[in-house]
Amino acid sequence: MLDYFFSEEERLLIDLVNRIGRDYIAPHVREWDENEAYDLRPIKALAQADLFGLVIPEEYGGLGWGTMALCLAVEHLSKYCPGVATTYAASFLGAYPILLFGSKAQKEKYLPEVAAGRKLCAFALTEPQAGSDAAAIRTRAEHDGEHYVLNGIKQWITNGGIADIYIVIALTDPKKGARGASAFIVEKGDPGFVVGRKEKKMGLRASVTTELFFTHCRIPKDRLLGREGLGFIVAMKTLDYARVGVGAQAVGLAQGAMELALKHARTRIQFGQPIYNFQAVSHTFAEMAMRIEAARALVYQTARHLDSGAKEISGPSAMAKAFATDVAMWVAERAVQMMGGYGYMRDYGAEKFMRDAKCLQIYEGTNEIQRNVIARELLKHYRD
Amino acid sequence: MHFIVCLKPVPKPGAVKVDPETHTLRRESAELILNPPDLYALEMAVALKEKHGGKVTALMMGPPNAADLLREAYALGADEMVLLSDRAFAGSDTLATSYVLSQAIRKLEPYDLVLMGKASIDGETAQVGPETAAWLKQPSLTQVKALWPEDGLWVAVRFFEGFEEEVEFRGPAVITVEPEVNEPRPPSLKRMLAVRALEPRVLSAEDLDCNLEKTGLAGSPTQVLGVFTPSYDREREVLTGEAEEVVEKLVSLLRTRGLI
Repeated sequence: MLDYFFSEEERLLIDLVNRIGRDYIAPHVREWDENEAYDLRPIKALAQADLFGLVIPEEYGGLGWGTMALCLAVEHLSKYCPGVATTYAASFLGAYPILLFGSKAQKEKYLPEVAAGRKLCAFALTEPQAGSDAAAIRTRAEHDGEHYVLNGIKQWITNGGIADIYIVIALTDPKKGARGASAFIVEKGDPGFVVGRKEKKMGLRASVTTELFFTHCRIPKDRLLGREGLGFIVAMKTLDYARVGVGAQAVGLAQGAMELALKHARTRIQFGQPIYNFQAVSHTFAEMAMRIEAARALVYQTARHLDSGAKEISGPSAMAKAFATDVAMWVAERAVQMMGGYGYMRDYGAEKFMRDAKCLQIYEGTNEIQRNVIARELLKHYRD
Repeated sequence: MHFIVCLKPVPKPGAVKVDPETHTLRRESAELILNPPDLYALEMAVALKEKHGGKVTALMMGPPNAADLLREAYALGADEMVLLSDRAFAGSDTLATSYVLSQAIRKLEPYDLVLMGKASIDGETAQVGPETAAWLKQPSLTQVKALWPEDGLWVAVRFFEGFEEEVEFRGPAVITVEPEVNEPRPPSLKRMLAVRALEPRVLSAEDLDCNLEKTGLAGSPTQVLGVFTPSYDREREVLTGEAEEVVEKLVSLLRTRGLI
């Protein structure tokens, strides 16, 4: 409803993503959800459309666009299937560390493959005992001549098994705690690296989440990202960039849920008229529209803030993520309610949006952790 | 390798008008789209190019406003765009169309294969492929499902109901591709951006050294005498009332006639 004054290029991108959504995603969404199936076809289509290269610089085969473009792609994909959007966005979560901290050689080796969509990425920080308390990780990386040897377990890793490139945060100096962590690039097929079982999830079932096991996993020294001790900085900076993308995913999800329920409310006849005529229903939609538009404006403005090269990005990214995903959960729940029995049945799509939305409040930092970040940044801002 | 893919602009289904005098489709009046079956031919050619190298030329006969469809073909993987546009081509039937295409294809030599969709969704004749091969005096292979080079020759799998046929042939040849044998890719964003600065090459009847007796209405032995919607005599009975009554009436009517 609001005009966001998109550039011609942004409009081309939006139309292209919607075309992929209609042709390559929408016809299969129910099947992927029911069967908890990862399908390569939409990923191949996104690759053929050059969309894995959106934020990769042109010199590495990408388009060299920014976070705003990535947010638009993720938002519009999520209207069709937030699960496919998760696979897509999580690959960027794994690519950002190389983009932000990789050496020239590392960028030359990995980014062209990523931009072409030939290789997917994954980001591995979480462990069984280290979720919100990320500093509690135990995975170790020890020197052994020209190699590092990794030992440990990573948990709930999006794109586990389907990715070729994994960014793994591990301790090189456990005595230093968080300052003793380092970030490594692990490749599929590295000795001692095994992908564990695929998790059974409530939502986002078109995406893949697994454990990763590292047992005396030997990798060459040049797989270190940045330098030793930089692991948490790599992780936090990456999440600052990626979180606004989760916000965009939430906006698309909420839009999809609202449109679905609106179609129902305008055509469902009760008491001799469309239920949209009843104020309890129409006001619910008015509330949905207000919240979605507010979330979208915050997400877009945050994305443009990041693209401007701004330094203070933790607070805005956390706000965009937490606000938009809370909106998505609220809208999806209301969409189910507005559709009544149809909303609750798996045949009609509304409850899927609700199951998918729940994860958005949890992953890439729970919304409780986002509020910690916002509160901390607020104090920093007003410390004088 | 050089692959030429012939693409037809067709009116978007549901937006067709017929010229009351010539009884042909008024193509300038309707929104045009790429003939959907042609997309399988384009995908086959682009996939062959990606595997074996070379280029794909998208060739289209149509009005000037069809140029955007060639741009779409470019976004879908074609490398060159050629539009055959001339008043002298208006009203061409399949024979005249295939003549014009064959004249253009000669100008695009050397090439390895010409690919087309099996048929168009407006004409549905499936004649242009074989006729073009005839004008070019080259092999014609229809209903091709798969295609690959092997020891200097081509191997094609042709699809028929109930069986398939594997044939070996020497190019150049004209291939028509069976629909739904591959998954046409989405447009590439990089190509969508690049094509904004490109114009298709436009060739006229004169550029193609066409014999004007063989183009347009003059070159078309098919004359459309009339276009009509077939009428069927149907007994109609509209049932009205509350849903429950209507259903009961309907069921008893169907029972009376022994239909259920």
